[in-house]
Amino acid sequence: MVFKPGDDISIVISGQAGQGLQTLESLLTRIFKLSGYHVYSCSEFMSRIRGGNNSTQIRVSSRRVASCTKRIDIFVPIHQGAMERFHDRITHETVILGQKDIVESRYLEQGYAFIEIPLKELSGRAGGAVYANLIMTGVLSGLFYVERQLMEDEVGRFFSGADNKRTQGDILAAGIGYEAGSSLLKPGQASIAIERADDVRHELLMNGIDAVGMGGLAGGCNFVSAYPMSPSTGLLVFFARHAADSGVVVEQAEDEISAVNMALGSWYAGGRALITTSGGGYALMTEGVSLAGCIESPLVIHIGQRPGPATGLPTRTEQADLNLVLYSGHGEFPRVILAPGTIEQGFFLARHAFYLAEKYQVPVFILTDQHYLESRYNVMDLDESMVLDQRYIVKTEPGYKRYALTQSGVSPRGIPGFGGGRVRADSDEHDEHGFITEDAGVRKSMVEKRLKKHDALCDEILPPVLIGPQDYQCLLVGWGSTFHAAKEALEILGRDDTAFLHFSQVYPLAREAGQYLERAKKRIIIENNATSQFGTLLRQYTGFGFDGRIMKFDGTPFMPDEVADELRSMLLKED
Amino acid sequence: MSSVYEPEHEIDIAWCPGCGNFRIIEAVKAALDQLDLDPDKVVFVSGIGQAAKTPQYLNVHYLNGLHGRSLPVATAIKATNRDLMVVAESGDGCMYGEGGNHFIHAIRRNPDITNIVHNNMVYGLTKGQASPTSARGFVTPVQTLGVSSEPFNPLSVAIALNASFVGRAFAGDVEQTAQIIVSAINHKGYALVDILQNCVSFNKVNTYQWYKEHTYYLDESYNPTDRDAAFSKAVEEDKFALGILYINGQNPVFEEGLAAYAENDTPLYMRGIDLDRIRALMDSMRA
Repeated sequence: MVFKPGDDISIVISGQAGQGLQTLESLLTRIFKLSGYHVYSCSEFMSRIRGGNNSTQIRVSSRRVASCTKRIDIFVPIHQGAMERFHDRITHETVILGQKDIVESRYLEQGYAFIEIPLKELSGRAGGAVYANLIMTGVLSGLFYVERQLMEDEVGRFFSGADNKRTQGDILAAGIGYEAGSSLLKPGQASIAIERADDVRHELLMNGIDAVGMGGLAGGCNFVSAYPMSPSTGLLVFFARHAADSGVVVEQAEDEISAVNMALGSWYAGGRALITTSGGGYALMTEGVSLAGCIESPLVIHIGQRPGPATGLPTRTEQADLNLVLYSGHGEFPRVILAPGTIEQGFFLARHAFYLAEKYQVPVFILTDQHYLESRYNVMDLDESMVLDQRYIVKTEPGYKRYALTQSGVSPRGIPGFGGGRVRADSDEHDEHGFITEDAGVRKSMVEKRLKKHDALCDEILPPVLIGPQDYQCLLVGWGSTFHAAKEALEILGRDDTAFLHFSQVYPLAREAGQYLERAKKRIIIENNATSQFGTLLRQYTGFGFDGRIMKFDGTPFMPDEVADELRSMLLKED
Repeated sequence: MSSVYEPEHEIDIAWCPGCGNFRIIEAVKAALDQLDLDPDKVVFVSGIGQAAKTPQYLNVHYLNGLHGRSLPVATAIKATNRDLMVVAESGDGCMYGEGGNHFIHAIRRNPDITNIVHNNMVYGLTKGQASPTSARGFVTPVQTLGVSSEPFNPLSVAIALNASFVGRAFAGDVEQTAQIIVSAINHKGYALVDILQNCVSFNKVNTYQWYKEHTYYLDESYNPTDRDAAFSKAVEEDKFALGILYINGQNPVFEEGLAAYAENDTPLYMRGIDLDRIRALMDSMRA
C-alpha cells in the first residue's frame, strides 16, 4: 500500500458519539500545526450524545487549506458501521486505515487500499477501548513524521486538568499508536510527501467560534446573555471561559426573550452586550430587536444558522436565515447584517459589529452557520492592536435629551449614573426627552430620525471581495461561509475567465455590487439554501439576476471539489 | 417639601381619576424620599400597561420596555452597574402573565432589585379582560362565563421559590405601602412588593371598599423568616395579609457572584479594553 505522493492529504476519522473524536481532532490539528503543516478540520455530528455516527475531517497540507473536501485520501473507521455514510466518498484512491474486522468486507474483496492497524489490540495494551482515539492520534502522528516528544507534550498538555493516572494512560496510548504509525513508513509501504513550513508553527489555530469570540473581546464585549442552542452555544461557552479573565458578565437566560432583553438592559446601563443564538431562538428575540430599533439601543446579535424550519437538523449547516434576520422585527428601523467567510473576517467583523452598533445605536447581526463555527485552521496573526477603545457615550447634564434630533439622526447616548441628566428610553413613540407622545409631528420626525441612521450606515459599508481576474466573463457570487469552498473551487477549475465575488456585509449592500454584476456575461450564485435568498436580495437591489444557481440544502456544507464539478458542467454548457 | 422625584416637566397623566395608581406613585415617591439615595442613580424599568407608565411621572432614569420583560432588563442593568438602585415596576398582567417566566427566574437569580407590582386583578389598558390574578367567576367581556382558571398567587409562588423578600401592600394606605417599599429597597436581594389596588373603570368587584374589608396587617408577633408560616399566610383566601410576609437573607445575590466582578469592582461602562490580555489570549491559540 503506497500513498500517492501528494502535498494535500484529506483524512476522515469516523466513529460513534462518545468515542472522543473531538479530542482527537483538537489534538491532531494542534500537533500537525506545531509540526509545521498547514491544517484544516471540521466535524460533522448527529444530534445525540452517544452512538450514531460522527466524523471529523482533517486536511494536512503544504499550502493553506480552509475547506473540507469531498475527496478522502485516508479513511479511518473506528467502529462498526463507520463506513456506511461514506460509500460515495471512499474511492480506489482512498487508503483505508484500521482494524480489519470493522472494515466492510466488500472493500477488502474489491481490492481497495487497506493498511491494517490492530486498533483493538493496541487499545487493549493501553488499557481499553476508551483509548482508541488516542491510539489513532498516535498512528496519524507517526505516519506524518511528527516528533514523538512534541506529540506526547501536547497530549499531556491537553489532559493537564485530568488526574495524573489517566493522563499517563493517554500518553502511553498515543505512544503505542505512534510506534504503529511510524512503522508503516517503510519503502514501498507508505510515505508522506508534505513540505513543512517553520512559520506555520507560530501561527494561530482557530475555529469560527474563536474568531467571533476574540473579535467580540477586541470590540469590548463585556456582557453576554444567551439560551443554549446548537450551533451557537460554542460562543456562549467561549465567553463563559473568559468571564473572569476578560471581565465579561455571562448569564444563561431562562429563554431567548430574556436574553435579548438582558442585553438591552446592559447596553442601557453602559455595557457592551452580545447575544448568541440560532434561527429558532432568534425567532423568539425579534420583539426585542424591534425594541432596540425603537429605543435606539446598540445590540450585537450572533446567529449561528442551522437548517430549519422549526427544529430542522440541529447539528447541521445552512444559510437560510438571511430573510428572517433582514425582515425581522415589527416597524421600520435600520440594521446591519455581517456574514464572515474566513477566520480573519470573523474576528474583524465581530469587532466591527460593536463599533457600528455603538456608534449608530442600531442592532448589528453577525450571521454565521454550523460549518463556519466548527471549521478550524491556521491563520497568520490577526491585528488585535486595533481594539475599539472609543466609547460613544456622553456624560449627561440636567435637561439631557436622549433622543435629541440631529443632522445624522444619531443622538448623543447617555447612560444612567454618568452625569446629572435623566436617561429616558421608551418603547412607546417618544419625544426628544424620551416621554411618551402621540403627537403626529413628533412621530414623523422620530421615524425620519431613526431612518437617517441607515443613510449614515451606508457610508461605512464593507465592500465585497473579488477573487480572480478583474476582466472576468463569468462571476460566481456568494456570502458568508461559502468563501473557502468557492475560492478553492476556482483554483481547481483554473479558468482565467471566472472570478468569485464574496460579500461579508450582506445588508446594507455595497453600492458597487451592481457594477460587479453588470460586468459579468454569466452570473452564478452559490448559497447553502434552497431558494437563493441572497441572490434575490441582490437582484432586488441591483436589478441583476443570476444565470445559474449552485444550491445545497441537505444540511452539509459545500466542498470545493464538488463545487468545481458543478461549475465545470455549467460552464461547459456555455462553451 | 416636594419630592426630588417629582417630575420637572409638565405631565399629562393617562390614569383615570380615582385610580389606585395615584396612591401608589405617592407611596413610591414617599419611599424614595425617605431613603438615602443618589437620585442620579435611581433607575426604573417598566413594561406595558397603565402601571408601567409610572416612571414617566417620576424624575428618574427609566427604560420603559416591552410587555412582560422588565425583570430581565432590570437584572442586566444591575449586573452592568452595581452602583445603580434598580426598580422594576409594572402591573399584574405584565409581571405575572406575559412575564411569568421571568418572574420565576428573577426570583431564582436573586439580583438586588425591587419588583413593584400593581395588582388590580384586571386588565385596565386593554379595557377590562381578566388578569392572571382575577378571581374565579370574575365576568369580563372576554371571560363571559366568568374566569375559570385558578388565580395566580404571586406571594405563594415567590415563597415556594424561596424568594429573598416578599411583601404585600394595599394602595389605599400610602403610608404603610411606602414603608414596605422602603424595606424592600433596603433589602439586599430580589424584593417583591405586590400592591393590591382598585381599578375604578374595569373592576367593579374588587373595589376600594372591598379591599378595606378583605385585608389586614400582620402584627408584630409575626415572624417573616419562618417560611412555612409565610406560605400559610400567602395562601389564605378570605382575607389578604399585608406587610412583609417573608424574608430570606441566605440566598447569594446574583451580581455579587459574577466572575466579571471577582477582581474588579468598577461598573462595566468605566472599563477599557485590556490589550495585553487580548494579546495573551491570542498567543494561547498559537499552540
